[in-house]
Amino acid sequence: MYIKQDNATDLQRALTLSQRPGRPGAIGASLTFGWRALLKIKYVPEQLFDVTAFPIMFLLMFTYLFGGAISGSTGEYLDFVLPGILVMTVSMITMYTGIDLNKDIQKGIFDRFRTLPFWRPAALVGALLVDAVRYLLASTIMIGLGYILGFRPAEGFGGLVLGVLVLLLFAFSLSWVWTFLSLIVRSEKALMGISMMVLFPLTFLSSVFVDTSTMPGWLQSLVDVNPVTLVVDAVRGLAHGGLESGLLPIVFLLSAAFVVVFAPLTMYFYNNKK
Amino acid sequence: MGLNSHPEYAIEADGLVKKFGDQRVVDGIALRVPRGSIYGFLGPNGAGKTTTIRMLATLLQPDEGSAKVMGYDLAKETDQVRQRISLTGQFASVDEDLSGRENLILIARLVGFSRADAKARADELLKAFHLEEAAQRQVKKYSGGMRRRIDIAASIVAAPDLLFLDEPTTGLDPRSRNQVWDIIRALVRNGTTVFLTTQYLEEADQLADRIAVIDHGRLIAEGTSSELKALVGAGRLTVHFQAAEDLERAAVILGSLTQETFEKDERALKLIVPIADHSAAAATISRFVTEDLRIADFSMGQPSLDEVFLTLTGKKPDSPESEGEESEDVHQAG
Repeated sequence: MYIKQDNATDLQRALTLSQRPGRPGAIGASLTFGWRALLKIKYVPEQLFDVTAFPIMFLLMFTYLFGGAISGSTGEYLDFVLPGILVMTVSMITMYTGIDLNKDIQKGIFDRFRTLPFWRPAALVGALLVDAVRYLLASTIMIGLGYILGFRPAEGFGGLVLGVLVLLLFAFSLSWVWTFLSLIVRSEKALMGISMMVLFPLTFLSSVFVDTSTMPGWLQSLVDVNPVTLVVDAVRGLAHGGLESGLLPIVFLLSAAFVVVFAPLTMYFYNNKK
Repeated sequence: MGLNSHPEYAIEADGLVKKFGDQRVVDGIALRVPRGSIYGFLGPNGAGKTTTIRMLATLLQPDEGSAKVMGYDLAKETDQVRQRISLTGQFASVDEDLSGRENLILIARLVGFSRADAKARADELLKAFHLEEAAQRQVKKYSGGMRRRIDIAASIVAAPDLLFLDEPTTGLDPRSRNQVWDIIRALVRNGTTVFLTTQYLEEADQLADRIAVIDHGRLIAEGTSSELKALVGAGRLTVHFQAAEDLERAAVILGSLTQETFEKDERALKLIVPIADHSAAAATISRFVTEDLRIADFSMGQPSLDEVFLTLTGKKPDSPESEGEESEDVHQAG
């Protein structure tokens, strides 16, 4: 029951704050947003499907579907395709950061956040940090399954771990493209449509599934500059050896370029959203 | 703090303009909101209330004009402003996927509380707003009234000096609305300045110390509730009669007494007469009595803000949209 008398004293107490806290630090605010993202996973654990079930499904599907036709044996193909599918899966799930942000914007909570005095990028950085954990989970599951199926990186486990780190960096950078888009498109569905339209050709027209030298020349020149191809080649090189010199710096530069261009754009539209 | 700022004002705004495309949604608004008061911002849908509040709460940059909020320049000292204000938007400004308690902890952490202090503050607020039982439940499972309460609780986590409430009771049932009113009054007793927008004239009348009336992005009147009513001029006298024949005769007599148009309600057997002052009212009543009309009841009242609005803008404030119905409900219940 609502008892007015009681409420008055409790309310009075709650309204009197002896000391107003100071402005929170950038790291603290980012971690708070990370905590928020983890809470959401707690309430809807199904949202982890994309980083658990997807990788398993993709790996099994493509290995056994294409393996015999492309490499003559599934075992050989697995060694080739696993780094590729790893990059594809993680690249695809980067778009969820944008979708979550777009959902936030359409609700009042977005306005609340923007009137609080914390470091502005924290809301995005925190979410991206938790996403990095999700990417890591996806990678771990896929690699674990790969090992069971007989995947063995020529450079050993260490090389593979380096490859995953490069991939995480790329995924973090790529996410800023989606956060930016999420602020300028009208709805979650529009964002989903646009990102699929970009991600599908980007992941398929690459070296994920096949060696690019089997493609016609015009396609090859296109595929060779695809960022996904570059990252796949880097991960593959780190895991199996034969890493082209100069490829890693290119991947780093590319990732930096994504952040340098899209992080400020994201923040600009975040701050000036109507 | 600038030299020309007045510490007695929570908001000093001059010539605020916001354009969306060609449309001047806010068209030169100037405001002086005294500290520690409830300031009502009254207007129909689409009048520019929300846009004004969003500019003052640092969410939108004005295209023209300037404002000081709690003594700080809105454009240049945004962070200082943000540390002193809080906004409860028209739609729930909490994360519906999280529980009430998690929401409050989240906000508390973001305004700078330590982990332990944030939890203590959340529990304190849940208790004060009678949400302890719902603390662990996701906000999306809350009722409308509970949502509004967790929303306002989230707004006062940092005990702001100035609280913006955008239509705080729209869509609430009368009991929840009264709870929200109680909370607002308690806030102001405690020294907080409250700036609220409303479409409900009754709400502005009940709560606000001063009221600004806005229409098409411009202020059309400003003052205390009684000042606004005085602007319209006369008060009104309502006389209930015992029988229809009394009403009819009274109407004839009144017609000979005054040039003013009056309202005759045959169903309720009452006459509503605009009247200049109490002595004029007394004269009218005594005339009815000497004519042997049987009066059941009479009362003298100031004009409602509805009438104020009608006089100022030439139209009723309630828009024909769906909100109209809701507002009717609340009016009757009040």
